[in-house]
Amino acid sequence: MDIKISEVKLSEEQAGKWGLVIDQDICTGCQACVAACAMENNLSFVGEEDSGYGRSMHWIRIERFWEGEYPEVKMTPNQPMMCQQCGSAPCEPVCPVFATVHSEAEQLNLQVYNRCVGTRYCANNCPYQVRSFNWRDYERPEPLPNQLNPDVTVRRRGVMEKCTFCIQRIHQAQDQAKAEGREVVDGEFTTACAQACPASAIIFGRVDDPESLVSQLGRRSHGVKHLEELGTLPNVTYFKGG
Amino acid sequence: MAEKKNHAEHAHGEEHLREKHLMLDPLPRGQMNAMVMESMHTTSWKFWAVFGLLAAITAYGLFYSWGVMIAEGLGVAGVNRPAYWGIFLVNTVFWIGISHAGTFISAILRVFKAEFRRPFTRAAELMTTFGLVQAGFSIFMHMGRVWLSYWLMPYPNQRMLWPNLHSPLSWDLLAITTYLLSSTMYLFLPLIPDVAMARDRSTGWRKTFYKILALGFRGTEGEWTHLRNAMNIFAWAIIPVMFSVHTIVSWDFAAATRPGWNSTIFGPYFVVGALHSGMGAVIMVLAVVRGTMKNMKYFIRPEHFEAIGKLMLIISMTWAYFFFNDYMVQWYGGDKWTKQLLHFHEAGPMGWMWFVMLIFNVAIPWAVLWNRKWRSTPWIVFTVGLLINVGMWFERYIIIPISLSINRMPFTWRLYQPGIEIPLGIGTLAFFILLYMAASRLIPLIPVWEVQEGQMAHELKKYGRETVVTVSELE
Repeated sequence: MDIKISEVKLSEEQAGKWGLVIDQDICTGCQACVAACAMENNLSFVGEEDSGYGRSMHWIRIERFWEGEYPEVKMTPNQPMMCQQCGSAPCEPVCPVFATVHSEAEQLNLQVYNRCVGTRYCANNCPYQVRSFNWRDYERPEPLPNQLNPDVTVRRRGVMEKCTFCIQRIHQAQDQAKAEGREVVDGEFTTACAQACPASAIIFGRVDDPESLVSQLGRRSHGVKHLEELGTLPNVTYFKGG
Repeated sequence: MAEKKNHAEHAHGEEHLREKHLMLDPLPRGQMNAMVMESMHTTSWKFWAVFGLLAAITAYGLFYSWGVMIAEGLGVAGVNRPAYWGIFLVNTVFWIGISHAGTFISAILRVFKAEFRRPFTRAAELMTTFGLVQAGFSIFMHMGRVWLSYWLMPYPNQRMLWPNLHSPLSWDLLAITTYLLSSTMYLFLPLIPDVAMARDRSTGWRKTFYKILALGFRGTEGEWTHLRNAMNIFAWAIIPVMFSVHTIVSWDFAAATRPGWNSTIFGPYFVVGALHSGMGAVIMVLAVVRGTMKNMKYFIRPEHFEAIGKLMLIISMTWAYFFFNDYMVQWYGGDKWTKQLLHFHEAGPMGWMWFVMLIFNVAIPWAVLWNRKWRSTPWIVFTVGLLINVGMWFERYIIIPISLSINRMPFTWRLYQPGIEIPLGIGTLAFFILLYMAASRLIPLIPVWEVQEGQMAHELKKYGRETVVTVSELE
C-alpha cells in the first residue's frame, strides 16, 4: 500500500492569510455582529439561565469595561472579541484527537466537529477564551429550523465550536472566482460580522496581500494584537484611541 | 534479690517486645492461616447493611447520574466558561493520588526491605487498583462525547486517523493505562501463594475461584524462585512508572498557557501531593480494617500506625516545602494575571478553602504526628488521614476550577458551581469502598506468607542479660 501522508508544518512564523481589523473607536456596541454571526453560523440559543451561567454560544462577543471607581466611572471603548485565528495557536497541540487543527490552505484554526470528543482542553488553553462548548442539545423550535444556513454544520451536544472567519463564505468566493477563471478580489465578500457592522468597525480581508484594505488599515501605527506577548501570532488587529 | 528483680524485668521486656512487634510474635502457621481464612469468611449483618447502602449509592450516584449526563449533555454539571474543567478532573487527580500510596508503600518499602510493611502491603496495593478504577470513571465522565472515547486509542483505521501525541491528554492515557496494568500485575504476584493457601482450605465455588487465581501454585522451590524474581523486577520497575504517572498528570496543567498552571515545579509537587493524600488513605483503610475485620488486631498493630505516621509527617513537610516553593516563585515573578490569581485564591469568595487546605495538610499533621503516642492511636491517625484527604481534595479544587475562574480575559471571569458532579463524585467514593469491601471477603487481605517469612527471619537472642532482636536475610 502506498499512501503518502502530507507533511504538516507547524511553523512559528506562519504569515496568516485572512485577517480582521477592528476599530474600537467607531464600534457602537450595537451587537449586530453578534446577531449576524449567530444567524450565519447556526449557533444554538441557550436561553437565559445557561447564558447567565457562562454558557452562551457566541462566536463573537462585545466586551465592555469600566475604569475607575464610582462616581468617576469611565467606559472604555467596546471590544469585539472572537477567535484570533492564531498563527501558533495554543488550542491546537493539546487536542488528543486532532479535532482542532491548523489548515494549510486557509491558514485558519479549524474545529472538526465530528472528530471532537469533548475534552475541552482547547478551551482551557485558549488565552482569548473564545471557544464555546455545546453543553446540551439546545432546542430550536419551529419555524427556527427554516432559518438554518445549509452551508454550515449543526452541532450536537458534547462538541467544541468557535469562530471560523466564515470559512463557508471564503470557499464560496474562491469557487466562484475559480469558475470565472480569476483571483478573488479584495472586498468581494466579507464575514457575517463585518457585513452586519453599521459603522464598518470590522474589516475583513487578505493580510498576506499588502494592497488589501485590511493590510493598509493594519499598517497604521497604533494597532494592537491582543496578548501578542504569548507568541500566539493572532490575525486580528485592534485600534483604539486614534 | 536484686538479681531476681532484674531478671523479671528482662522477662517483662521480652514479653513487651513480643506484644509490640508482629515480627517477634509468631503463631503456628496453621493457626495463622486459619485466622486469615476466618476473617475472609466472616460477614456480619452490619457488613451487608453497609454493603447494600454503598451499592445503592453507587447505582444512583455513579451509574444513574452518569446515564442522565450522557443523555442530557454536560449541561447538567456545573462546568461553564471559563471553568471548562470542574470536579471531574479534581476527582481524577484525587483518585490517581490515592492510588499512588499503595504502590509507594508496597514497592519502595519492599525494595528497601522495611520490615514493618509486611502485613499491610496488599491492603495498600488494592487501593492502587481500585483508586485507578475511580480515576478512570472520573475522566470518562468528564468527556463531552464519551461514547467516542476510543478515538483516543491508536487503533488502525481506514482513514488513517491517529491520536495526537503532542497532547498531554494522550500522554495521560498511556501513563495511566501502563500504571493500571503494571500495578494490577504487581498486586497479583504476591497474591499467588496466599490464594494457593486459600485454595487448599476451601470448598465449593471458592475453591474453583482460588484454583483459577492460584495458577496451579504448589510452593516448590522453583516456583518460589520465579515468583521472587518477578516480584523483585516489578517492585523496582513500578517505582519510575509511579513517578511518571503523576508527573504526567501534572503536565496537563503545567504544559498549558494559563496563569497559575504554567509552573515548572508542578511535576514533583503533584507527586508529593499524591503521596500525601495516599498515605492518609492507607492509614484510614488500616484503621477501618483493624477495627472491623476479625483477627486483624493481631496483624495490624500500633507499631504500624506509628511507622506510617512518621512517613506521613515527613511527606507533609515535603508537601509544605513544594507548596511554598511553587507559591513563592509565582508570586515573586510579578506577572499581573498570576498576582490576580494568587489574590483570588486567598481573598476571593472561596478563600476559606485555601486556608483550610493549609491547616489540614500542614498545621494539623505537624501538630499531631510528632507525638509517638498520638500517632500510634488508630482513631487519631484516622482523623488526621481524613483531614489530609479533605485538604488535598481542596488543593486540587483550588488548582482546577478556582484557578480557571481567573484568566487573561476579565470579561469572562465567572465562578464555578458544581451540579451533578456531586452525586457522581460521591458515587465514585462509594464504589471504591464497595470494591474494597468485596475484595476483603474474596482474597486474603493479609499477605500471610510474607508475615510468616518475616517472623522466621526475626529472632530474639540473649547476649548475657540483654535481649537482642536479630534479623537474618532469607531472600
